[in-house]
Amino acid sequence: MKQRYVYVLAALLAVVGLSVFFYKWQVLGFPLTEDQETPVWTIEAAVNFDSGPGSIKAQLHVPTLTPGFRMLNENSVSRGYGFSINYGSGGREAQWAVRRADGEQTIYYRISVYEDESVDQSDTTPPFPPLPVIDEPLNTAVEVIVSDVRDHSADAASFTTELLRRINDPSPDPNVELLLAGVDSDADFVGVVTMLLASARIPARMVRGFPLAGRQRRADLVAWLEVHDGDRWLYFNPQSGEQSLPDRFFVWWRGNEPLVNLEGGSNVRVDFAIQENHLDAVAIAETQAAQRGTSAVDFSLYSLPIQTQAVYSVLLMIPIGALIMVIMRNIVGIDAFGTFMPVLIALAFRETKLFWGVILFTTLVALGLTIRFLLDRLRLLLVPRLSAVLIVVVLLMLFISLMSHRLGMETGLSVALFPMVIIAMTIERMSVVWEERGPADAMRAGLGSLVVAVAAYIFMGIAWLEHLIFTFPELLLIILALVVLAGRYTGYRLTELRRFRDLMSE
Amino acid sequence: MLTAVRKLRGAGILGLNERNADFIMRLNPRRYYPRVDDKVLTKELALAAGMAVPDLYGVIAHQGQVREFGKIVGERDSFVVKPAQGSGGDGILVVTGRSQRRRDCFRLSSGMLISEGEIHHHISNIVGGQYSLSGNPDKALIEYCVHFDPTFAEVSFQGVPDIRVVVYRGYPAMAMVRLPTRASDGKANLHQGAVGAGVDLGSGETLSGVLDDHVVDEHPDTGALVAGLQIPKWDFILESSARGHEVTGLGYLGVDMVIDRDRGPLILEMNARPGLNIQIANGAGLLDRIARIEQLYDAGATPEQRAAVSRREFAATS
Repeated sequence: MKQRYVYVLAALLAVVGLSVFFYKWQVLGFPLTEDQETPVWTIEAAVNFDSGPGSIKAQLHVPTLTPGFRMLNENSVSRGYGFSINYGSGGREAQWAVRRADGEQTIYYRISVYEDESVDQSDTTPPFPPLPVIDEPLNTAVEVIVSDVRDHSADAASFTTELLRRINDPSPDPNVELLLAGVDSDADFVGVVTMLLASARIPARMVRGFPLAGRQRRADLVAWLEVHDGDRWLYFNPQSGEQSLPDRFFVWWRGNEPLVNLEGGSNVRVDFAIQENHLDAVAIAETQAAQRGTSAVDFSLYSLPIQTQAVYSVLLMIPIGALIMVIMRNIVGIDAFGTFMPVLIALAFRETKLFWGVILFTTLVALGLTIRFLLDRLRLLLVPRLSAVLIVVVLLMLFISLMSHRLGMETGLSVALFPMVIIAMTIERMSVVWEERGPADAMRAGLGSLVVAVAAYIFMGIAWLEHLIFTFPELLLIILALVVLAGRYTGYRLTELRRFRDLMSE
Repeated sequence: MLTAVRKLRGAGILGLNERNADFIMRLNPRRYYPRVDDKVLTKELALAAGMAVPDLYGVIAHQGQVREFGKIVGERDSFVVKPAQGSGGDGILVVTGRSQRRRDCFRLSSGMLISEGEIHHHISNIVGGQYSLSGNPDKALIEYCVHFDPTFAEVSFQGVPDIRVVVYRGYPAMAMVRLPTRASDGKANLHQGAVGAGVDLGSGETLSGVLDDHVVDEHPDTGALVAGLQIPKWDFILESSARGHEVTGLGYLGVDMVIDRDRGPLILEMNARPGLNIQIANGAGLLDRIARIEQLYDAGATPEQRAAVSRREFAATS
């Protein structure tokens, strides 16, 4: 009867775990392995300025429409500043404000994006631009150029190509020369081009952004030209006149307005840095899931802060260690000190690595045992004695760390990660067993603990398993099912086959 | 490996997992555990049921009382100090005499001398919980030291040999004698190196012995044959063991008895998790006997009747 409940419960757990797992894997596209990575770029804009005496308000254009890219997240690091994102005429603007600030100020805006072909320029068709008001003698030059180019073109695209060809001519005609007289940057140059296009009633605007490639400590904005042909936006290389867009061109903002607007400060400068990370496909799967509106993502560990994630990626492996523990104890039948002591030791091994972990652990326990036997002569009461052993363990750890540091072995430092209370208890248990049942039993159980710890370490260290459990925590339900089943395992333990070998019937 | 499992099954050998899951968890309700885990309580219950137990000289329940040790012992030369909630015979001190020259120095069963101060420390450790199952504070018992019956003199090295009977639902299922050796430091626990010898439930005569999971015929220290010894008052021992079921309410029970030269069989302690070595000592599996008991089970039978059933059913066929 009870046996049946156990099977039903285990089956239920396994079914729930597996079905959530399949849903997340097949439908939401969570990756099974870690190496399914997508490049994610983080672009950081550092706004640097000297504060003035009064209140400060800084406005920075931030990416709005980014064809070819999808935003993963954005944030601002600006201590003491009020931060908001508003929609201005040129798209989104980040705005920082503070009542007063002293000295040089730096505020950061950070955005992470990944490539997504499906993101299009989803702008509405712009109205025909008004004729720009231009002073003489420039106005005449503009009119001459526009009418000349118009004669040599058929539509917006060919007009632009022809215009760019003329403007970029190494030996320009005098009208072009006149227009370009005050131009000293790419942005000014594109500004002149958009002005010319506006005079021809062609909607055009300057776009600025970066071709994303690898890691750039200081990225320079590239000015590009965007022209609407009445149907969609076309991109032109302002220098060559070629209708194209650089590879992985990430649009930061559009229009002729300056990137940053500062009130109450001076010497404003914006520096861009780009970093390429290979974030696994999980993040992308999550964005997809969020767009679907499923709640699977609300419970995903990837929504936790990075530091907490790191903690959980370790914590989630503890059930694996517990499963190994169950197998070693109830199915193999290895003696070990303490129920979960080997699992905790295995956790410590993660930091020290196996070889040094085993050496440090053995050294620590051996030294601790020696001192415990010396303490025994003092005839201390149990709890004070345990505390004394604990303090000795801490001192020993300190000693090992200092010694190994002196000898230039950095691994010795990681001894501090051993759970000292557990080690103190192990030393105490081991010394009691040593006295009561002799060194052989103590060694056997000590060795058993080490063997189980090593086995747990090996399984808890499997990278793909770690990824799998972290991405699909519901798999823990399957481990729970296995543990429940093992709880009703009434067969022989492996070691019993040896123990009772004299009794085997023929 | 599979053949090994099949062979053990064939012999009816009970494994640890099966013992824990199918017998201890099913037949031994948790709430009755204190009755066997606390030896003071066991003693009281056994006395109330009219069973013979070693006299209790005194109990030391907290550190402040440790000083009273001398008063409890008085002028007695022999006594036993043991933790009330000890397991596996750990923490037991058997004192058999005093030093000729100094009255505050005691002689252990091993022949070693121990000062009263050292005994105080040992009692402090017991009270502090060093030997208790859970590590909780414990009590120390000081009780009558059994003068053991000469039956086993030839096959024990110091210490007190005892008789372990495994009782299933009130029916004695299997028994063995546990004989101390030099290695076991006078303690009658198999995992400490004592020799276990199976007992024919029908006659009360010992069978061959087991040492560290291996069958032995001779005692390792004395060289005397282990088999063929007649345990005195066997009927009484079986009946007392069967009565242990009523006293404790436990369905899977180990009853430990000693035979005193003067007072006959005494109940030393009872155990809710008796070990499985008894199977090796008897060269037989518990599962077969348990199955037979299930067939014959009669809820209304008295301890005497149940002991008689076991004697009849589980007599050695030679």
